Amino acid sequence: MAYVAVKGGERAIRNAHAWLAEERRGDPSVPDLGLDQIRQQLGRAVDRAMGEGSLYDPELAALAIKQAQGDLIEAAFLLRAFRTTLPRFAHSRAVDTARMRAARRISAIFKDLPGGQILGPTYDYTHRLLDFELAEDTLPPDAPRAAPDPSPMPRVPDILGREGLLEPDGATDAEPGDLTRDPLRFPAGRDVRLQALARGDEGFLLAMGYSTQRGYGGSHPFAGEVRMGEVSVEIEPPELGFAIDIGDLTVTECQMVNQFKGSKTQPPQFTRGYGLVFGFSERKAMSMALVDRAMRAEELGEDVTAPAQNVEFVLYHSDNIEATGFVEHLKLPHYVDFQSELQNVRRLREAVERREAAE
Amino acid sequence: MNDTVSASVPPVARKNWMSVLARAPASAIEDGLTRHAPLPAWTVVRGPETGLVMVRGRAGGSGSPFNLGEMTVTRCTVRLESGAAGHAYIAGRDERRAELAAVADALLQDPAQRASLQEALIVPLAEMQRAERQDRAEKAAATRVDFFAMRTMRS
Repeated sequence: MAYVAVKGGERAIRNAHAWLAEERRGDPSVPDLGLDQIRQQLGRAVDRAMGEGSLYDPELAALAIKQAQGDLIEAAFLLRAFRTTLPRFAHSRAVDTARMRAARRISAIFKDLPGGQILGPTYDYTHRLLDFELAEDTLPPDAPRAAPDPSPMPRVPDILGREGLLEPDGATDAEPGDLTRDPLRFPAGRDVRLQALARGDEGFLLAMGYSTQRGYGGSHPFAGEVRMGEVSVEIEPPELGFAIDIGDLTVTECQMVNQFKGSKTQPPQFTRGYGLVFGFSERKAMSMALVDRAMRAEELGEDVTAPAQNVEFVLYHSDNIEATGFVEHLKLPHYVDFQSELQNVRRLREAVERREAAE
Repeated sequence: MNDTVSASVPPVARKNWMSVLARAPASAIEDGLTRHAPLPAWTVVRGPETGLVMVRGRAGGSGSPFNLGEMTVTRCTVRLESGAAGHAYIAGRDERRAELAAVADALLQDPAQRASLQEALIVPLAEMQRAERQDRAEKAAATRVDFFAMRTMRS
């Protein structure tokens, strides 16, 4: 692809950015939006920017959302750009979601599960009617409280796995691949696929997950468990020689359980898809789990026929920062490319006209 | 940068106060330290500097590890006049917080000060954090579903 350097737009660009800044601020008689307001009151937007920006920092995400005027892909882009300015200190120990301090935990397959079904602050069961009271500055009543159940909250696969009807996790401690350091290569292992999905575009994953439900690579999913809450993050700094706890993250996890007829090497059992994302983002965690399972088709000896089962297709198109870069680059000057295309079409047309005249 | 002073400190106790300090605001750490004694003199050996930690998860929850995404972390190492070194790694980008936490870590390693500093700084912070967690746990518990079997009413 050839781009030609174009000079002369500097003044227009400067003025465009000045106008953008003014538009972003809006009417100065309206109070400026504080980052704490975005963090507190637009939490799901913050979660999405952090997830797709692949950087957990709610304050920075709030700033990115403000700067991007609420354009969440632009906000994620800003976070990705910011992270490149920082050194990597360490990687964490794997977060232990069985010890999550769950604000929400539900299972669609196991009614009386140990630890109970906890709805948490959910939109489920709301009537999706606009609440005009929110247009006023109203304070909601305090949420009710009850005595917490101190018993542990095991993950559903850990409960159901005991009978052997559910595929086990099969842990190895191999060093996982890292897309921030090495470019995507195929065949891509499940570690790299999960990283790509965790930072993938929610809309893309939702559509891909939905397509598996509609028959494009159907895998008969059940929501084994969805849980959301805080997990502690631990690192082992070399200068200390032991693991320390550096703070908490809110994450959402989804365990999808799928029918499986069995293969030559495996008995009939339920297989699983996994979703884990930053913040409270149930739709994305569920979509991720559906797509993770779909991409395991080849490993499980299933026919690879549908888009969601096609690992290359999914992974090459799940990243909205890359996608927006390539789609939006079409706006940049292609004057020379287009000139040559124009000459081409003119030549072809002349050839056709000459032939028609000759006949 | 391995320090010899910490060799006498049980790692469990140190891990505990570091995890409490990692969740405390800078002002609360400073208040706790000054409640104990005037702030000591210290030199900054490293940082405070902000960087990234790659957070890992496990496939299926307990399977092979994968890289979930990064988080911002600020670290700092200080040395007191006594020679004691303190370290802090704290989620987020608050440099003052990391520096004060490192100072607290250095002071807490001194057996002569540990008990009173635990009392003035760590115990109240831990209690505050426990109360916050309890508050969320109670709200979650109120949303727990109590299923009851529907009985068919036949007489």
